[in-house]
Amino acid sequence: MRSLPAIVFVAASLLSVPPATAAESVNLYSARQEALIAPLLERFTERTGIEVNLVTGSADALIKRLEVEGRNTPADMLITVDAGRLHRAKSAGLFRATESERLAARVPAHLRDDDHQWFGLSQRARVIAYSTERVDPSELSTYEALADEQWNDRICVRSSDNIYNQSLLASIVAAKGEQAATAWARGVVENMARRPQGGDRDQIMAVAAGVCDVAIVNTYYYGRMRSEQAQPDQRAAAQKVALFFPNQGGRGTHVNVSGAGVTEHARNPDNAVRLLEFLVSDAAQRWYAKVNYEYPVVPGVDVSAAVREWGYPFERDDLPLSRLGELNATAVRIFDRVGWR
Amino acid sequence: MSTVVQPLTTPAPRGRARPLRPDGWTIGVLLVALAVALPVLTVAGFLLVPAGDVWRHLAATVLGDYVTNSLLLILGVGGGTLVLGVATAWFTSMCDFPGRRFFTWALLLPLAMPAYIIAYTYTGLLDFSGPVQTLLRETFGWGYGDYWFPAIRSLGGAVAMLTLVLYPYVYLLTRAAFLEQSLCVLDVSRTLGCGPWRSFLTVAVPLARPAIVAGLSLALMETLADYGTVRYFGLSTFTTGIFRTWFGLGNAAAAAQLAAVLLAFVFVLVWLERASRRRARYHHTTGRYQQLDPVRLRGRHAAGAIVVCALPLLLGFAVPVAQLSVWAWRTWDDMVTPEFLGLMANSFGLASAAAVITVALAVFLGYGQRLRPNRAVRAGVRVASMGYAIPGPVLAVGILIPFGWFDNTLDGWLRTQFGVSSGLLLSGTVFILLFAYAVRFMTAAVQTVEAGLAKVRPSMDEAARSFGYPGATVFARVHLPVMRGSLLTALLLVFVDVLKELPATLIMRPFDFNTLAVRAFELASDERLADSSTAALAIVITGLIPVILISRTITRSRPGRPGRSWSPGRDAPA
Repeated sequence: MRSLPAIVFVAASLLSVPPATAAESVNLYSARQEALIAPLLERFTERTGIEVNLVTGSADALIKRLEVEGRNTPADMLITVDAGRLHRAKSAGLFRATESERLAARVPAHLRDDDHQWFGLSQRARVIAYSTERVDPSELSTYEALADEQWNDRICVRSSDNIYNQSLLASIVAAKGEQAATAWARGVVENMARRPQGGDRDQIMAVAAGVCDVAIVNTYYYGRMRSEQAQPDQRAAAQKVALFFPNQGGRGTHVNVSGAGVTEHARNPDNAVRLLEFLVSDAAQRWYAKVNYEYPVVPGVDVSAAVREWGYPFERDDLPLSRLGELNATAVRIFDRVGWR
Repeated sequence: MSTVVQPLTTPAPRGRARPLRPDGWTIGVLLVALAVALPVLTVAGFLLVPAGDVWRHLAATVLGDYVTNSLLLILGVGGGTLVLGVATAWFTSMCDFPGRRFFTWALLLPLAMPAYIIAYTYTGLLDFSGPVQTLLRETFGWGYGDYWFPAIRSLGGAVAMLTLVLYPYVYLLTRAAFLEQSLCVLDVSRTLGCGPWRSFLTVAVPLARPAIVAGLSLALMETLADYGTVRYFGLSTFTTGIFRTWFGLGNAAAAAQLAAVLLAFVFVLVWLERASRRRARYHHTTGRYQQLDPVRLRGRHAAGAIVVCALPLLLGFAVPVAQLSVWAWRTWDDMVTPEFLGLMANSFGLASAAAVITVALAVFLGYGQRLRPNRAVRAGVRVASMGYAIPGPVLAVGILIPFGWFDNTLDGWLRTQFGVSSGLLLSGTVFILLFAYAVRFMTAAVQTVEAGLAKVRPSMDEAARSFGYPGATVFARVHLPVMRGSLLTALLLVFVDVLKELPATLIMRPFDFNTLAVRAFELASDERLADSSTAALAIVITGLIPVILISRTITRSRPGRPGRSWSPGRDAPA
């Protein structure tokens, strides 16, 4: 066996789609999925002539990618769909401060970072969905009340792996302290009608089907289920369910944001800022509100008719959103301890 | 038993390890192995980082669940894939019954179905608010709690879903092994008075054992690495735990340590299996193959065989595809755009390139192991095939880190030395994606190639060499024809796996580059199942083409078939 067998190596170097660094472009890492961002980006390109290159993915993975790419990263901007991840990116030193009068003027202070590193782009509320057949809205009041005996075996909610649940609990920790938050989470676990499973839509479907009477969900899922494009069974289910905005008259309903920041090592920071400013323009804000049933961050921009129908305006918890990120690990530990899977 | 399978000459691989002599082969194998093992080592490197008190927290709260659920999951999926895979392989290779030809290739179809997609579709069908239960309630006037119905989103449900899409691994490899079994061996067992069942259990299955185990270990590694299904079903397993610890608790070290525990677990499994067959060697002693005369089944036997083969095909393919088609019918117009064809082209191109590269590397590793059976080479190949068991996203991070480091270091060096910048040379290119696929699916390729190489009995080599043929000729004229089926199987496995692969593609792909899997997942994870159905169907359809082509070739590669230069085939049509 002296001579090597004739193995032909297929050295396929389909190398290097070079990162787009042409003068008028901006490179975007987006945790917001393509369908919910691409139309806006196209409009931006039409208006400004700046090409937008896009990679979508989960926020945690994109943050990791930014981190390891370091100063050579091609990304100019990162979009995430919750404040916790924005905080994470900031803590990892991935954002730079953006001085823009327009951004500062249009995005309210509690919906952006104190150091101008990230800005909220749209708001979503986490609310209580209830069966219109079996629950009288007068029985509902606060998130805290969901831990009461009255709701025993009547609550559906998704897994605590989900960041929106983590953020909600973080907001309760911020408002009431860790002990009270733990007691609350334990109470909700005891009241669950079933082991946490599925997504927010599944919880609404379960309420409609009678598995449980109330569920904790984000508003836009409900909006999508009621839309013309929704599947018939989902629309039918949404008809049997209404939304309740908890903690009105108190600290307000928990809200989260999708948001974005310019990366520390951006090559096209000016274009990135222009994109950010475009995303808080009236037209873009209305688009979010209409297409994804979210709430604009810019005061004075109207919500869509559908969103208004299920409860608007409402009082929002104006806890600075960076707190959600800081308290995230605390929240996860509480979930682990009380067995909220 | 062992007398039947004793080889004529002792092949080197399982013998006492030879002393390490650094030569081209050894160094080559070690280099490839090192590159492929790099991500695994990166993850393992986190073991050195202190994780703080997180372990105490995990042990006191959720760790028990992670261990129990993961164990139950692999036990369930292991049992399920074993039964389904071996039974269907036996029927389609050794028996004849109406529809056998169809089942032969059709049984592979579930392979093209991503696990999370089948989980979504069955949930849509069988969940409390799905059409099946709704129909039951409307028909009988039941309400919630009035009747019992198996919960799809449960551990049992996850076992069923994963079994349905993973049994083809066992089927594929086992069937290939059955086909290659010398009928003489079976005939001998029959003349010795063994009934069909005893021949099956005491001769055919043990002979096929390496192949069965190879298929089973692929299925189990996929199970351990699965994230989409268990997350959707709300199960706490090691994989979901790794994510929760990494991102929820913000502790990368503890998460990597969990991943390392998972790896150790796989190591132990692989080692146990190898240890248990250390003494037994499975070679056929004769090259006298005969055209197979499958046992013709009639009446209820034939019906039984049809049921056994139809069931996994129906549940693992027909039902979910039907559900997807119903959804796709409604959303077709919005989803199929010119861009969609681009997605198909990307998926197909990536999968083909990755399959060729990965299998070529696997062949190289396989030969390295055969020609230089020393400890270092063997260990290198083992380590190189660990990537399969690591959850995709963890593996992706394990790849991003060294590549990012390399790119930035190179760039820094060029800047200081020459004042030029290379930027990110490899990160964010198709190259890094292909690398990721090679790492992730090397196991599938190596196991299959190894199984093929094992069929090349040392006596064949010796015979050919004694005629004075050079190595290259032996490879081309003897090895390749013998291994053809295995190589094609390996290509098929990697191709289909890459087509379905998600986490690595998602996180490492270049700008404005999407695949079918990315599209399907984005929509499905946003709970838009109906919209994701078109992309999911396209994955299945794209996967069908090679499944059909290759399964035909494997059937033809059966010993005793015409067209083999090394075997006196008969002129029976394939």
